[in-house]
Amino acid sequence: MTLTVRPNDKEKENELASWEGSVEELRGLVSDRAMTGETMLLNMGPHHPSTHGVLRLLLELDGEEIVTCLPDIGYLHTGIEKNIESKTYEKAVTLTDRMDYLSPMSNNMAFCLAVEKLTGLDVPARAQTIRVICLELSRIASHLVWLGTHALDMGAMSVFLYCFREREMILDMFEMLSGQRLMGSYFRPGGVWRDLPAEFLPTLQKFVDIFPSRVNDYETLLKNNPLWRDRTEGIGVVEPDEALALGMTGPSLRGSGVNWDIRKATPYSGYEQYEFNVPLGEHGDVYDRFYVRIQEFHESLKIIKQAMKNIPGGPFRSENRKFVPPPRAELGRSMEAVIHHFKLWTEGFSAPDEEVFVAVESPRGEIGCYLHGTGGTKPRRVHFKTPSFMHISALNKLSAGHMIADLVGIIGSIDIVLGDSDR
Amino acid sequence: MPIANAIDPVESLKAALPDAVKGVKIFRDETTIIVDAAQIEKVMHHLRDTKGLLYNFLSDISAVDYYPDASTPDRPERFGVSYHLYSLLYSRRLRVKVFVPEDDAHVPTVTTVWPGANWLEREIWDMMGIYFDGHPDMRRLLMAQDWDGHPHRRDYPLGYETIMFSFNADEIAKFKPAATN
Amino acid sequence: MGVISSKLGDLGVVTTTLETAVNWGRNGAMWPLLFGLACCAIEMMATQASDYDLSRFGMELNRASPRQSDLIIVAGRVTRKMAPVVRQLYDQMATPRYVIAMGDCASCGGVYNNYAVVQGVDEIIPVDVYVAGCPPRPEQLIHGILTLHERVKGERFNDWIIANER
Repeated sequence: MTLTVRPNDKEKENELASWEGSVEELRGLVSDRAMTGETMLLNMGPHHPSTHGVLRLLLELDGEEIVTCLPDIGYLHTGIEKNIESKTYEKAVTLTDRMDYLSPMSNNMAFCLAVEKLTGLDVPARAQTIRVICLELSRIASHLVWLGTHALDMGAMSVFLYCFREREMILDMFEMLSGQRLMGSYFRPGGVWRDLPAEFLPTLQKFVDIFPSRVNDYETLLKNNPLWRDRTEGIGVVEPDEALALGMTGPSLRGSGVNWDIRKATPYSGYEQYEFNVPLGEHGDVYDRFYVRIQEFHESLKIIKQAMKNIPGGPFRSENRKFVPPPRAELGRSMEAVIHHFKLWTEGFSAPDEEVFVAVESPRGEIGCYLHGTGGTKPRRVHFKTPSFMHISALNKLSAGHMIADLVGIIGSIDIVLGDSDR
Repeated sequence: MPIANAIDPVESLKAALPDAVKGVKIFRDETTIIVDAAQIEKVMHHLRDTKGLLYNFLSDISAVDYYPDASTPDRPERFGVSYHLYSLLYSRRLRVKVFVPEDDAHVPTVTTVWPGANWLEREIWDMMGIYFDGHPDMRRLLMAQDWDGHPHRRDYPLGYETIMFSFNADEIAKFKPAATN
Repeated sequence: MGVISSKLGDLGVVTTTLETAVNWGRNGAMWPLLFGLACCAIEMMATQASDYDLSRFGMELNRASPRQSDLIIVAGRVTRKMAPVVRQLYDQMATPRYVIAMGDCASCGGVYNNYAVVQGVDEIIPVDVYVAGCPPRPEQLIHGILTLHERVKGERFNDWIIANER
């Protein structure tokens, strides 16, 4: 009797088998000087304080200078895409939370938009506004962690503590909405899980009042700091067309001056109603990418203020009972509600045997969700194109000729999250 | 310099490379052009460089496994590889799809058109087993280098562990020697 | 604190047992290894930062080197590719070493029951405290750490000798 369905039937020893290769495997990937020993191969291993997660970098060093940087990812590959193939569309939302764990709402958004596009489900205006508020809060929370850890890696440790203090305020609000600080799975196909509780808007108002002065604090600490500028200006420069060709998106691309923000170019969820600017950088170095994100704090606050002022009334989730379960109160009154409830919670709804692609602007860049249905209740294939995946592949170009200390700054500036890149 | 007006990608492609285009599909405002796999690189060069098209950003390369559904004229082969393109100038998206047979699963690479396709194609090799000819570095990306099999194929098992209940607790605990209960 | 056997007036001298003193020392400054893998790492960072401060429990710093740390908080999902790395780090830690499996993925595989995730880090290394949650709140993690402290307080002389062979 097989107890565990293991895909490769090797013995247990091979599971803990050695995972190092030989230098021959690297021929062609690193320069020829490494083969003779003229340059040194250094493993900046999966367990490292500055690699923001389990990223392994194989560095070819000429002294302190990096000749080649080969990233090796997959240490956090969780098989989320394959797991989603065995879950219904509603249950899959909880799995998508855990990919880019710093801004779970963006992943939820990409997946929910794809499901809604595939099934043709409508989203009421109130749900769209709530989604925009949550997405911008999530963007601020994610940028706070980015700023804290980036500054921490470069040696500015107090910024980390300040950023997390603000983040606690945002996480309190998420807890009000969904019951969970992170990983709320608040967005569902058709809208959001439940309506805004009464204490949400006053708390949000308090946050919006306090936060601009806090952002000014961070700017004062870092923006004109000579140490910070020395360590970040001119580092990791990438030209605009090169950045596009490498697949960079989001603030990392806008730091090079390319004006592309999905919220402006192909708006979704009502973003066209809000007025906000898209901050751009000039030189494409670490400092510009840093400053673009600092300005994005202000822009996100602008959007939240506008959205808060007129949240439309109406339902918070689509009323299409073929896809959205009815509220509990209705179950006692209507037979159809009971049937819909039963069908949706046991089997789930069906989606056509077609494919869609949806892209959203997450704090890191463009998350693309490719969804292919089967005509049944479970998807045939979900594929997420995540920004961290593309940015890590660009590390070789970004870090050539710099020193290891600069590499730490570059990794911080492209804002990678390993759960995002490995899924 | 005047900006050219946006032109229809399907017409333009049919005019330039008539034998490459196998079909067109439109679903929910998304255009999919089904293309012959051997000519994908020429198609991509045309789409990226022609005035009026200028699809200069590769958003995603995804692969789909249609197993065990039987081949239909719509889906002639087991695998489908979709290239999602985006044009920054005209703010529009396009999907280019190729079908890849199971026994001869290889497609020319598009890394010459967009270097960003490098890792996307490596992931597809790792997860689906579709080989990309001409790729500079075709190794496994997400799984360990000595892993067997291609996990995202539909006939690859999910690999789950039987859930531990009281009747099979002892047998499962044998796999976890270090667990102190 | 431990049992104060007797206090000699106000000479400033306290007598206690060796076990109490050593366990008190181990509890007071148990340095964790900097080992955050996934989402639980963010909650671990939030626990260490403002609002829920871990420095008050002695865990001011995370040490990057396994030799210099006593505690490994496995925060996040352990994949099959990462499993040998975890084992190697655990082996490199000097005894006494303690393990907290933080979160559902480290305790039992969590939401993921598939080919890529090790179903619980206790398949690889022995775990002292399991903290449930996805991700666990900072208060839950602090509760887990305090549970570990209680366990360490109860360690006896014999445990030290056995611990060296674990």
